[in-house]
Amino acid sequence: MTLPERAIIATRQEDDGVTLRIQGAAIGDRVYSGAITFFALCIPFLLLAIAWEIGSAGWPALHKFGFGFLTSSDGDPVQGEFGAAPAIYGTIVSSIIALVLATPLAIGVSLFLSELAPRWLRQPVGFLVDLLAAIPSVVYGLWGIFVLLPVLRDPVMPFLRDTLHLDKTGLFSGPAYGPSMLAAGIILAIMVLPYIASVSREVLLAVPRSQREAALALGATRWESIWGAVLPYARSGIVGGIILGLGRALGETMAVTMLIGNRPEIAASLFAPGYTMASLLANEFSEASSDAHLSALMAVGFVLFLITVIVNAIARWLVWRVR
Amino acid sequence: MAGVARTLKRRRIVNAVMLAVFVGAAVLAVLPLIFIFLHLLKLGIGSLSWDFFTKMPKPVGEAGGGLANAISGTLILIGLASAVGLPIGVGAGLFLAEQKGSKLANGVRFLSDVLNGLPSIVMGIFAWQFLVRPVGHFSALAGGAALGAMMIPMVARTTEEMVGIVPVALGEAALALGYPRWRTSLAIVLRTASAGIVTGALVAIARIAGETAPLLFTAFGNQFWSLSLRQPIAALPLQIFSYAISPYDSWHSLAWAGALVLIALIFIISLIARVATRSRFSTGGGD
Repeated sequence: MTLPERAIIATRQEDDGVTLRIQGAAIGDRVYSGAITFFALCIPFLLLAIAWEIGSAGWPALHKFGFGFLTSSDGDPVQGEFGAAPAIYGTIVSSIIALVLATPLAIGVSLFLSELAPRWLRQPVGFLVDLLAAIPSVVYGLWGIFVLLPVLRDPVMPFLRDTLHLDKTGLFSGPAYGPSMLAAGIILAIMVLPYIASVSREVLLAVPRSQREAALALGATRWESIWGAVLPYARSGIVGGIILGLGRALGETMAVTMLIGNRPEIAASLFAPGYTMASLLANEFSEASSDAHLSALMAVGFVLFLITVIVNAIARWLVWRVR
Repeated sequence: MAGVARTLKRRRIVNAVMLAVFVGAAVLAVLPLIFIFLHLLKLGIGSLSWDFFTKMPKPVGEAGGGLANAISGTLILIGLASAVGLPIGVGAGLFLAEQKGSKLANGVRFLSDVLNGLPSIVMGIFAWQFLVRPVGHFSALAGGAALGAMMIPMVARTTEEMVGIVPVALGEAALALGYPRWRTSLAIVLRTASAGIVTGALVAIARIAGETAPLLFTAFGNQFWSLSLRQPIAALPLQIFSYAISPYDSWHSLAWAGALVLIALIFIISLIARVATRSRFSTGGGD
């Protein structure tokens, strides 16, 4: 900004036309920086608007039922009773399954790409993993209904339950219908894998070479150098990636809605159908008959909003500290 | 000495096992992608025909029919989303790049990442509350706005990144020649970064093209041919969803064909994005 102003002083005595042009430039500068500031402020404004619109629409329900409705399971919207507990439970459980399955795989892939893979293999494999993030949720759902569910129903679920006798744990018991918490968790695992993998890979590639070389020079095997020198260095970034994946899993809607079975009950078995906050919204929102029901759904949406904002803020903070 | 040899042997075995585990993880991670593609091709290609692109959906029981309305609807929604998301995103990105380090820019950058991580269903109910409820009916406009809002943080961050790699000397040269700051930013810096920004925009479009959740209560879907922005409009992802959960086999195969078309659309957009980056930034080396 200093340059045009100095120019104005220098040319004050000169030709009026030039002065006008330079003053015009100063106005242009002001308009320009005003415009980009306005566009930038759209982002915080949008977040505030989302919080305000959803929060105020959900307020009647929160006010009437209190935060107790988050822990209640009485789901009878017609009677004006509403409990979000099964949906919250399902959101948490399906996300945990997703992270348990996806995290080791994602870290494995990124270690393969950063430590083992020959240069020519790095880009194609990395590209393929990234492609997983480009597939729309609804296509995962479609694939899940017609490919994953039959496979789960026939060999996988009976195998877990009867052959491995895991039904005694309570987690893998009951009839194997197909649509279930397990199915939702598996599809979520595939969907969050690329997010965790891409952050981990980035963080691992940022670990200085000297870190590895020092460990190898001390006689460590490659695995020992990874375990002792590379992973500790990259740890908080990888944790950030996992939490980013958690944020995705918590709010994922279509694939989960198509595979989880949409039953608002809390069941111990992962073979039983369940519900998540996002699938609750997707299913019931357009059918909400009363204002009370609608407000309760908005309250669920507001809780989902708050949770994902917090989770993403933590992930952002962790990943950024590394960079 | 025997103890040391044994330890060394054990360490080598552990090493080999762990390295094999990484290779296994890489294979396992890529497998679902391959399966999904194979199934899409196998189950989708049978229903693809000229009619699929040009005809309207038929009621259950009648053979044939296509998804012409859904395809045009998706293209319209992408256009609307770009009209909302691109200017705001690019403007915000310019701000982030030019005010780098300022408190406001740091705050906006942080919130933009938070916005990027919001579930799309939350954006959907927000757009419903904000744009559908007051008007009283679903509309293409509301759907496009919801998708556009999702594009903003993505476009802003890539714009910032691309403007950030434009050499400072380039802008300084323009300033030294007496260019006002705003013209320097728009005509020199933004133009130099334009290839990268276009790529970022295409990547963002590819990501929102397949979104379903934000459209459920905004664009809503439409069984009829409609190009009106004030009316509900059909979209490929919505149509795939309703066909997939329907009980009819003929609709299931239409869902697969629709998914194949949607994926093809997304990949063509991503491919253009990659080619655009490669040709302009050939010296950049890539990732």
